[in-house]
Amino acid sequence: MSRDQFAFVRKHMLPEAPPPATQTGAIKWLRENLFSSPGNALLTIVSAYVVFQIVISATPWFLNGVWDSPSLSACREILDGKTGACFAVLSERWNQLLFGFKYPSELYWRPGLAFLLLFIAAAPVLFGKIFPRKMLIFTGLYPFVAYWLIWGGSLMVPIFALLGVLVGAFVYRRMVTVNAGIAVIVAFVAALVFWILSGYVTAPMENVLAIEAVASRDMGGFMINLMLGVVCVSLSLPLGILLALGRQSSMPIIKWICVVFIEFIRGVPLITLLFVANVVLAYFLPPGTNFDLILRVIIMITMFSSAYIAEVIRGGLAALPRGQYEAADSLGLDYAQAMQLIILPQALKISIPGIVNVAVGLFKDTTLVSVISMFDIVGMIRGPILASSEWNGVYWELFGFACVLFFITCYGISQYSQWLERQLRTDHR
Amino acid sequence: MAAETQMNVSDQVAVEITKMNKWYGAFHVLRDIDLTVYQGERIVIAGPSGSGKSTLIRCINALEEHQKGKITVDGTLLSNDLKNIDKIRSEVGMVFQHFNLFPHLTILENCTLAPIWVRKTPKREAEEVAMHFLEKVKIPEQANKYPGQLSGGQQQRVAIARSLCMRPRIMLFDEPTSALDPEMISEVLDTMIQLAEEGMTMLCVTHEMGFARKVANRVIFMDQGQIVEQNEPEEFFNNPQSDRTKLFLSQILGH
Repeated sequence: MSRDQFAFVRKHMLPEAPPPATQTGAIKWLRENLFSSPGNALLTIVSAYVVFQIVISATPWFLNGVWDSPSLSACREILDGKTGACFAVLSERWNQLLFGFKYPSELYWRPGLAFLLLFIAAAPVLFGKIFPRKMLIFTGLYPFVAYWLIWGGSLMVPIFALLGVLVGAFVYRRMVTVNAGIAVIVAFVAALVFWILSGYVTAPMENVLAIEAVASRDMGGFMINLMLGVVCVSLSLPLGILLALGRQSSMPIIKWICVVFIEFIRGVPLITLLFVANVVLAYFLPPGTNFDLILRVIIMITMFSSAYIAEVIRGGLAALPRGQYEAADSLGLDYAQAMQLIILPQALKISIPGIVNVAVGLFKDTTLVSVISMFDIVGMIRGPILASSEWNGVYWELFGFACVLFFITCYGISQYSQWLERQLRTDHR
Repeated sequence: MAAETQMNVSDQVAVEITKMNKWYGAFHVLRDIDLTVYQGERIVIAGPSGSGKSTLIRCINALEEHQKGKITVDGTLLSNDLKNIDKIRSEVGMVFQHFNLFPHLTILENCTLAPIWVRKTPKREAEEVAMHFLEKVKIPEQANKYPGQLSGGQQQRVAIARSLCMRPRIMLFDEPTSALDPEMISEVLDTMIQLAEEGMTMLCVTHEMGFARKVANRVIFMDQGQIVEQNEPEEFFNNPQSDRTKLFLSQILGH
């Protein structure tokens, strides 16, 4: 090997070139994905046949569907032996499916309005970049407005509930400079004390600025599922964050409380907790106290999902490199600032798929309340509707409808979370 | 050169460490460290890995807790009180080996975050200061990008700018060039040299001996958690006293 065999000096740097143009388009896609081998081609043909058969047999069921009929027998007469769905049950019992069978029908507009306002309240939280920050004020007020619309009664109740939150926030502001963890606990206790005391104030003011009250036991239908889902998800997320941070705390008492809470709640089936909420809790409360059933269920579901969310977020926290904590510390940020500005935004971003998983699961689990004799959508279907003489035997249409409602909601949540992940992607990998 | 840089050093004490000891469990990482740093001094700390040099500078801003002895930073005695620690940290800038920029914030937001939240500087003013320092480290045009879009050298210069935005009295550098490609080391070192020329008090843990010769007015050599030798760079490199130092220098300057 002599020197002039390998000695080389580049005179010009090569310009960037496009990749070789290969065949593109639909035919290439079909070849690659459906008919890449004889086996795959066979599978494609068989699957296409199965799909075709399903569509063929389901289409008349949908197309011949009867939307207007007073009962199942009348519906069958209209169909006259043909295959067809009896969607009339949906139009006939529409309000029951949505609001339950005891909610006063002249007041349906109130939960309806609360539902519409939910979108306005959620918009600035879900799409912070698009909607003005000032809308968050309405988001903060929304829970109290919605409570008043759905339950009715004196306006004083939500106002005092709001004041309790403000008391808690004030105490937190005062205490946070001492210690963030203790501040949260003290603020919570302060708000709780305020609420208990304000109960004595609002009790005699039952008729001050009052609209017609509706009791919890009169509520039902998909409204209950939505209420439980929205309330429990929005409560369990902050609670889950606190639990996750508490579990990492250097203070043994806080850490110990969080670990015991999480491990206990995760070790118990939700249905058991719901039975506890329904029956057992009453034994522990002083006699005569009227502790609302929906509130008890909300507390139980929130505790349950917050324990799961806490563990999801703990995973996100563990995924952050130690350098992020050190950089935040070295700049002089205190614990609350470091968590709020540096650690949580990143940890929560990592945890989005897990949190959404829990949220979707929680929303579907709200149907479990039908077991403790609450008439949510499943409770309504299995109870008043299927048990009625008119509609006994209409299973597919009713449960299919419930499935569609849940699917739309859950698929929406899932799509939103994927959009959010794309929005928050800044690593440019 | 040495005489010229000497002039910037005042007799005001920036950091005073006396009889400082630290243990990781039973492992004695730092043993009886005594060190006085004067305002305007540029100190390079060298030593084999595991000698405790990083731990030493991390004790100064309390990223690591020491168990015995005293550390006084800019007249404030370092104690366990969180307020005290946060005050010291806001006066002491730190640059890390792996930059530790905040990946979810833009370059500008990285630089303005601490001034806004810790110093309570108005946002616009903080942004002006940040742009000033980003110009100084020569990357103002990257202000609205995210750290993930920048090269290692650029990220490290942003990290330096981020620290400077807090107007620190002292800067700590923890192996700032060790994670960089060879071609990017010099751009970071240039920034550090510029900073030194402006009279910043600097403690640098680094293996860049060329930088030490050029900028430092004192080189400290550590081994097994102790300060083995310290001297002016000329003396330190040309006339090392202890055998350990001689061995170390022969190994790193060998090629």
